[in-house]
Amino acid sequence: MLEGIVQNAPLLAIMLPLIAAPVAVLFGNKSVAFYISGATLVLSFALCVYMALLVSDGSILSYHIGGWAPPIGIEYRIDAANAMVMIIVSAMGALVLPYARASIEKEISPGHHTMFYACYMLCFTGLMGVAATGDAFNVFVFLEISSLSTYVLVAMGARQDKRALSAAYDYLILGTVGATFFVIGLGFLYIATGTLNMVDLADKLANSPDNKTIRAGFALIVIGMGLKLALFPLHRWLPGAYSYAPSAVSAFLASTATKVALYVVIRFTFSVYDASSGFERTTLEYIILPLAITAMFTASAVAIFQMNVKKLLAYSSVSQIGYMLLGLTYLNQTGVAASFIHMFNHAMTKGALFMAVGMVVWRTGSALLPSFAGIGRTMPWTAAAIVVAGLSLIGVPATAGFVSKWVLMAGAFERGWWPVSFAIVGSSVLAVIYVWRLVEVMYFQEPKATTKDPVREAPLAMLVPTWILILAIVWFGIAANAPVELARIAADGLLAGGFDNGQTVILGIPGR
Amino acid sequence: MDRLLDPSFVLGHMNYWLFVVLMMTGLYIVVARGNLLKKIVGLNIFQAAVFMLYISAGKVRGGTAPILTDNPGEAYSNPLPHVLILTAIVVGIATTALGLALTTRINEVYGTIEEDEILEIDHQETEREVAAILATSAQDSANA
Amino acid sequence: MKYHLILRVVTRLLVGPILLYGLYVQFHGDFGPGGGFQAGVIFAVAFILYGIVFGLRDLRNRFPDRVIHQLFALGVLIYAGTGFVSVFLGANFLDYNVLAEKGYEGQHLGIIAVELGVGIAVFAVMLAIYYAFAARPPRIDDKDW
Repeated sequence: MLEGIVQNAPLLAIMLPLIAAPVAVLFGNKSVAFYISGATLVLSFALCVYMALLVSDGSILSYHIGGWAPPIGIEYRIDAANAMVMIIVSAMGALVLPYARASIEKEISPGHHTMFYACYMLCFTGLMGVAATGDAFNVFVFLEISSLSTYVLVAMGARQDKRALSAAYDYLILGTVGATFFVIGLGFLYIATGTLNMVDLADKLANSPDNKTIRAGFALIVIGMGLKLALFPLHRWLPGAYSYAPSAVSAFLASTATKVALYVVIRFTFSVYDASSGFERTTLEYIILPLAITAMFTASAVAIFQMNVKKLLAYSSVSQIGYMLLGLTYLNQTGVAASFIHMFNHAMTKGALFMAVGMVVWRTGSALLPSFAGIGRTMPWTAAAIVVAGLSLIGVPATAGFVSKWVLMAGAFERGWWPVSFAIVGSSVLAVIYVWRLVEVMYFQEPKATTKDPVREAPLAMLVPTWILILAIVWFGIAANAPVELARIAADGLLAGGFDNGQTVILGIPGR
Repeated sequence: MDRLLDPSFVLGHMNYWLFVVLMMTGLYIVVARGNLLKKIVGLNIFQAAVFMLYISAGKVRGGTAPILTDNPGEAYSNPLPHVLILTAIVVGIATTALGLALTTRINEVYGTIEEDEILEIDHQETEREVAAILATSAQDSANA
Repeated sequence: MKYHLILRVVTRLLVGPILLYGLYVQFHGDFGPGGGFQAGVIFAVAFILYGIVFGLRDLRNRFPDRVIHQLFALGVLIYAGTGFVSVFLGANFLDYNVLAEKGYEGQHLGIIAVELGVGIAVFAVMLAIYYAFAARPPRIDDKDW
């Protein structure tokens, strides 16, 4: 039994959560839905950790779906980079679920709770699938599974605020345009090479002369995924979607969805294409780098002037995505590792912030800044969580945010790009301003007296997941070895280019 | 550039010209039209263009449908793009259905499906919300 | 639609053959053109035609939303379940060869099971989409047209 689970680990981590969705709908009972979702999510997280341990020596796991060997069959291919993204997604999925159970009581009408869990599990499956698959078209299919359920999840905020509907519609249009660009890019690649398996694609591209079809394919893939990951200036959908979605959905999306899209860009840029020279390198250095730095400043500056705290955090996400992209453009091990570490740390930080802000919204009924007045006294644990996560967002030592910015700076110096390090510091100063606005309102203003029932601390079901994340932020701020090591192995694998840079271990039965 | 004057080149790439025209038409509608319903129509045209790209790329001259026949030497078209596009069509249908459902809900809640009017309502909503919460804060400080 | 005698009679005549055709496409799917996607849609068309002519309420009483939701969950479960049967038999996910003694028989069996799942899911989803849109109260009354 255990042997069977271990041999099918990549598959079970994705397919068990998928099964949870139809089972939830079949029973039509929200408690059943919650418990089966929770069980599969925990199992999925455990499997991801197990796979991360397996690949931490630089080896690669391969699983052949349907017993057909690649390049004909679809394979799930997991190296350190995949494992890291899968850990982020599964950990956040498992932590947000108990929080969601409490928070949707107020935010979504009871008749839709079962469907909420089903959509949540589908979204989770999609994100995990993108992170695991080694087939380029499979990426598109999983991406659309996650995106379609995401649009529904965002629209479920309509009970609280009707603007969730127009936000979900915007997201749908832009997300679909992005996905379609991505498919066109894949089409060009398929026309040029005749294959869709990533390993095979990398081989064929490395041996084919540079041509315009292949370049156009790269451009379309980067732009398409740029829309999905909210690459500045393609981020128009993000603030609305994150602000008006139910709190649990905001927390889950902010910490996973954009990271997975970013992973796709990294995978295609470094492994399928060769980023070390030519067109791809030029794209990174002359297009992605300026856009990343612009995002860091512009989005932070916009965040400072937001009245809606969820929107403030959403703009801050756009700027943080700038940091993650920045690391890639260094094209050295430290830089790419910094991107992965920042994905990991920012997932925890933004997840905790959205969850904490969600608790305030749960009690006060509004995400606007004045409703945060005095919660330092009325909701001390929530306020403390916002402060610690805020410090991590700024990058104060002893929090996770510091580690990633430190590695990012080290990478910049290694590359000899010292002006970039000023940009990192400068953008962090802007982060200080918007986090301080929040702290000031929370601790230095009187609590509002006019509300009928006094504002109390949020229920434990919401507080505990948030504080687990807060403790993780502090833990990984002090003992950062594990993620940094994994990220370095991932970066080594990616920078070596192609896929044949490690011992491939075939799980399950080798395909025909 | 001179290749564009060569009729055999131009006609030989007919499927790509059609793909480009269709794709740009769809994308233009998505970007330029303010009506939410028309945007979805544009999105559909945009996606249809991609389907055409894949299917036409899989066509083999003189090839038949890829079904096993008694003649082993028979040429057949590449079936893989068909399968991929079958999946993409299903994704497209799901997107369209969801988009239309959202449009219906928006129409019920906002009373319009024109983008600029919706933006206007959203702005008013934001302003109203901010004004309301500022008023209560002012009241608080007056009480204190 | 009370007085549209021709429509009602023709619909009654058509529904049966459409269902039959849907089944034909469904079970033809493992060795020829056809399969669950197309069959599911054709099958749903018969129901939607019935709903258009005889009224949504009538159709909805016989096939309540609850049943439709369970059907599309069931469809997905049949598909994924087929995959897991292979896993329990010691092969990889969706490896049909182990489903029967001879490999190609297993392939046939697996494809039929998977297509059945697809067919049920697509049928239910199509009907659910039809319900979702047709059940909305119209903003303009029918008489105002």
